[in-house]
Amino acid sequence: MLLTISTTTRPATDLGFLLHKHPDRVQRFDQSFGVARVLYPEAGAERCTAALLLEVDPIRLVRSRGASSPDFSLGQYVNDRPYAASSMMAVALADVFRTARAGVCQARPELAAGPIDLEITVPALPCRGGPELAHLLFEPLGWQVEARALPLDEGFPEWGDSRYVRLVLRGPVRLADALNHLYVMLPVLDDAKHYWMAPDEVDKLIRAGEGWLASHPERGRITRRYLGRRRGLTSTAFARLAELGDDVEEDLAPPTEEESAPAEGTHTEEAVPEETAPEGTVPAESVPGEPAPDEGTPAEETVTVRTPLARLRRDAVVATLAEEGARTVIDLGCGSGQLVGELLTHPEFAKVTGVDVSSRALTMAARRLKLDRMPEARRARLDLFQGALTYTDDRFAGYDAAVLMEVVEHVDPPRLPALERVVFGTAGPRVVIVTTPNSEYNVRYEFLTGMRHPDHRFEWTRAEFTAWAEGVCREYGYRVRYRPVGGDDPEVGPPTQMGVFSRG
Amino acid sequence: MSLVLLVGVSGSGKSTFAREHFRPTQVISSDFCRGLVADDENDQVATPDAFDVLHYIVGTRLRRGLLTVVDATNVQWEARKKLIELAKSHDVLVDAIVLDVPEEVAVARNALRPDRDFGAHVITRQRKDLRRSLAKMSRDGFRRVHVLRGDDIAAATVTYERAWTDRRDLTGPFDLIGDVHGCRAELETLLGTLGWELRRDDAGRPVGAGHPEGRTAVFVGDLVDRGPDSPGVLRLVMGMVAAGTALCVSGNHEQKLVRALNGRKVTVAHGLERSLEQLEAEPEAFREEARAFMDGLISHYQLDDGKLVVAHAGLKEAYHGRASGRVRSFALYGDTTGETDEYGLPVRYPWAKDYRGRAMVVYGHTPIPEAEWVNNTICVDTGCVFGGKLTALRYPTRELVSVPAERVWYEPARPLAPVSGRDPGLLDIGDVQGTRYVEIQTGGKIKIREENSAAALEIMSRFAVDPRWLVYLPPTMAPPETSSLEGYLEHPAEAFEEFHQAGVTEVVCEEKHMGSRAVAVLARTPEAAAARFGVTDGTRGVVHTRTGRPFFDDPALMAELVSRLGAAVSDAGLWEELGTDWMVLDAELLPWSAKAGGLIREQYAAVGAAARAALPEAVAVLEAAAGRGMGVGEILDRTRRRSGNAARFSEAYARYCWPVSGLDGIRLAPFQILAVEGRATAAEEPHAWHLAALGRLDSGIIAPTRHVFVSLDSEASQAAATEWWTALTEAGGEGMVVKPAHPSAGRVQPGVKVRGREYLRIIYGPDYTESLGVLRRRFLGRKRSLALRENALGLEALARLAGGEPLWRVHEAVFAVLALESEPVDPRL
Repeated sequence: MLLTISTTTRPATDLGFLLHKHPDRVQRFDQSFGVARVLYPEAGAERCTAALLLEVDPIRLVRSRGASSPDFSLGQYVNDRPYAASSMMAVALADVFRTARAGVCQARPELAAGPIDLEITVPALPCRGGPELAHLLFEPLGWQVEARALPLDEGFPEWGDSRYVRLVLRGPVRLADALNHLYVMLPVLDDAKHYWMAPDEVDKLIRAGEGWLASHPERGRITRRYLGRRRGLTSTAFARLAELGDDVEEDLAPPTEEESAPAEGTHTEEAVPEETAPEGTVPAESVPGEPAPDEGTPAEETVTVRTPLARLRRDAVVATLAEEGARTVIDLGCGSGQLVGELLTHPEFAKVTGVDVSSRALTMAARRLKLDRMPEARRARLDLFQGALTYTDDRFAGYDAAVLMEVVEHVDPPRLPALERVVFGTAGPRVVIVTTPNSEYNVRYEFLTGMRHPDHRFEWTRAEFTAWAEGVCREYGYRVRYRPVGGDDPEVGPPTQMGVFSRG
Repeated sequence: MSLVLLVGVSGSGKSTFAREHFRPTQVISSDFCRGLVADDENDQVATPDAFDVLHYIVGTRLRRGLLTVVDATNVQWEARKKLIELAKSHDVLVDAIVLDVPEEVAVARNALRPDRDFGAHVITRQRKDLRRSLAKMSRDGFRRVHVLRGDDIAAATVTYERAWTDRRDLTGPFDLIGDVHGCRAELETLLGTLGWELRRDDAGRPVGAGHPEGRTAVFVGDLVDRGPDSPGVLRLVMGMVAAGTALCVSGNHEQKLVRALNGRKVTVAHGLERSLEQLEAEPEAFREEARAFMDGLISHYQLDDGKLVVAHAGLKEAYHGRASGRVRSFALYGDTTGETDEYGLPVRYPWAKDYRGRAMVVYGHTPIPEAEWVNNTICVDTGCVFGGKLTALRYPTRELVSVPAERVWYEPARPLAPVSGRDPGLLDIGDVQGTRYVEIQTGGKIKIREENSAAALEIMSRFAVDPRWLVYLPPTMAPPETSSLEGYLEHPAEAFEEFHQAGVTEVVCEEKHMGSRAVAVLARTPEAAAARFGVTDGTRGVVHTRTGRPFFDDPALMAELVSRLGAAVSDAGLWEELGTDWMVLDAELLPWSAKAGGLIREQYAAVGAAARAALPEAVAVLEAAAGRGMGVGEILDRTRRRSGNAARFSEAYARYCWPVSGLDGIRLAPFQILAVEGRATAAEEPHAWHLAALGRLDSGIIAPTRHVFVSLDSEASQAAATEWWTALTEAGGEGMVVKPAHPSAGRVQPGVKVRGREYLRIIYGPDYTESLGVLRRRFLGRKRSLALRENALGLEALARLAGGEPLWRVHEAVFAVLALESEPVDPRL
């Protein structure tokens, strides 16, 4: 809500000419989300400071928006927008200093054309990526950066730092460039909701970045963040559940997209290594820095695009289904329908059904599979519906094979017997294929702490998986054989373990 | 309920007949269906489509159990056959009413109708078909064929016969008695225990019985075979049935015995040899009487307005009151899978596990050690003849009465075992999915929309605790009408006023603990957990959040919490006092930070950090500008105020945060005993009772709930409570909940929360006090309606739990609460 620009280039009061704002007046600029004011706390020949003070009215912000919008949430009233220099500050800055940003100054043209000694202070800047990122972004532009992380709460030192920094930039920089730097970097550092995403954002970025963005070493990240990530559609009913009363704390982010490319928009930042993924590769597993199966070559130097584990897993499942002669297949926990889509390309699978508990995942699957444009013959082979594996369901019965690909580890252990009963007992297909992570392999993931996905309720060693599988066989009359997926490491086994259960 | 086919040529007067004798909705005519699909009742090209529609409508009506009349010519065998098959597939009997009019009458009638422009030859052909049909129609598969001619048609009346199975007029009370198998002595003892008075013949043999309270005995079949005195049992039961003091359904053993007595070739085994031997010693007249009695037994009865169904081997809901070979076969032999087990006995499909009907089904057939309820069905064959016991179920009280066998009369082929594979934790998707109407015992239905069910399904199956533990979810709670008092958004005055208006005279104000809402389900012992909740893994309870999640993922921590809570209940002597070995508590778990730590840091602390960093610098900038003589006075004042608000905001959340490690620091504040054995106490007991009982819990893990009672007729009492609230909230408390002191019905809110002024900064933002004018425009209607519906569903779940209803019934109501929670409501209310 506050940003100050000071100069010590004499006469410092010329800042007023450059900004086109008179140092002795308080000027007001109404914005759609609040009121911006420009005023000068100091205006001497030695030093002159202009302050951009933005008062955001969070209630107005909320009331002006439809109740059905996905961010109809508790967060709207208790919101950092009125205090932090967010993307809204960038919008206000662009509006208030429009002429200055263009580098136009008829009164002092030579001053506007060259660098002056500037000091820019932002007391509370949302900075996802920490102070280091502020250094990375501003230093290449000729700024001397002072970025101090603000503690969350002095009363609770154990909570650590907040995502805000107090930022001071110093250096001889052309004022118009400085304003453009801020205009682009504020939303980039904020990396939060973009209240103003519009089709012309790309043009705005190109204009504001003229002369500096193209050569910036972090241009990729700046562009990606500035334009915002394409987010998957949000089921409003689901989002509302997540916002309930004192349960707001419960993270309801669905696990459906753990395998997808970043473009599909997962919001668990930890799970998507978009910042570290080498160009041209899709992260194989939702784990940063997974080594290639043929270890020995450092990941950074891998030139060939390695086959993602998700791909290997799908191929293994499809191959096994074909071997088993399954003609009708039900994918229990189909997520956004990758396997279902793959199966549909093989005409030998006469009936392919995808089931997921998340209606959001099913909507995404329908979109990904282009359900509304699918040729009739193919459409007739496909069925998608919502179901839960802890409830018996007549619709699960009558298939040659059922697939539980990376599903069991999302079920709380006390609920597994219900799943076993539903899948192996009441549905009881001839073949059941189960894949799940092999936790022994986790040591091969360099940066992995804990489990491979935040929603995993457990990850099994090979022995644990075997024990479970054999219990299921005893109870429901199946035989099981095991298959490694993704290269069988002599020491810790494959990254994914697969059990192929068959009846009798 | 049956299907009636009208048969007759075009113009024979079928529609007129149907109009006179049946209700318009009962009659489905082919002409009407032709009109539906072709806009022209006489478009013969549309006939196949029209009959598709007709069959669909008829099928749907039969599935729903409605009398249906088909008004079509039906003169061809193929047309009748399709309808008879349709009826059979719904286990419904079919009658035919043939209107046989002379050809010239039909031709003349058609001539009067301009829309019927087909020629007389059509009638001629139809009459030919009819004539051919009449000769052999009785073999089509009709129950009866009524042929009406000439004046008979006008004079005919339609009367309804009750189906043999239909004894819904009998309301009991009943004593339902399990498989006797010739154990006459035990039967006499059991009847005696139940208060029956036996009538004996000159030889001292019991030949009848009556109950002084007018009870009716119902035998579930298998009176004979294996045991020592099948004739004696028959003599007694036949006497009771003849006197109208008993009903008896057929068992498979009666069936086979009748066939043997009829001289048919049967394998004499499974105790049949004993019956034949014993009957051989009886006079011929008795043998014939017994044969006729057993031959006349029907396969099942519907009793007490359809609320009770008795069949020897049980009966699934779709077959209740129906008649067909397969219904009879199910009733006699059960739903067999066609496989046999290691003892060579048929493997039975566990139909009771899938049973979702409202009618209680009582049956025998499969001997088990103890009678037990499975989804409102119960098997009362406790293997008396195998040395078990003879059991009676008293209806409607659901009381079980047994007498032990005097000895092992017959060695069982396999040992008596409990119902195998009983898995009460398993629910069906049909119990929760789609648009639903949940019936509330106290009246009305609550609608759950499909999209809300879909959202809840995901939450329930991904995050919730085992459904056997999840017997209740708390309702949302509305604030009172918005206060117009300067500086306040919420104030006790409106809450008191609301209840006063609703006719409530006394309320209780309970301190609102700022923590996370918690429901604690506690069993006294693992055995109690197994018996009441069907949980057999040794756990003794669970503490879950308001969306059904476990409070701790670590099972050891959860077990420890449950154990400490259980110990507190034990120490207070509440198990004995309430006569229960389980209870469900409504509570708040403290501190807030224990569960909401992430939210507090990400959301509240972060906003506070930004505010406390930015606002003082803004104040400094404004002060400097003011020092330069610029007119920023108003902004400066406001920014100073906001800087103060930011500090108060951070204080507001900080009060509810303290470090916890394991269970250290965790406290539970229970404020209501939701249910105990046999009682949904939440709906029955006043809050004074709850608070007094819970106030006796004395343990480090328990936090007390401070409260005051308020007489709404007394201004002084209200003022005192307001003062209490003010002190509470000014000292940092969240606020209070105002509830009617006694359980109230109807549209009265179960509770209203009045939140403190500082606390509301967490809800409406640090500076909300700057914008009270805008914020006062808030709309409570939805929230209040939701609170009432969720509360009704929660109480319904508890009533079903306490009433011993099956898991799926409890789950249905609990699931509905979660589904309603996904309705869009301003989350700040």
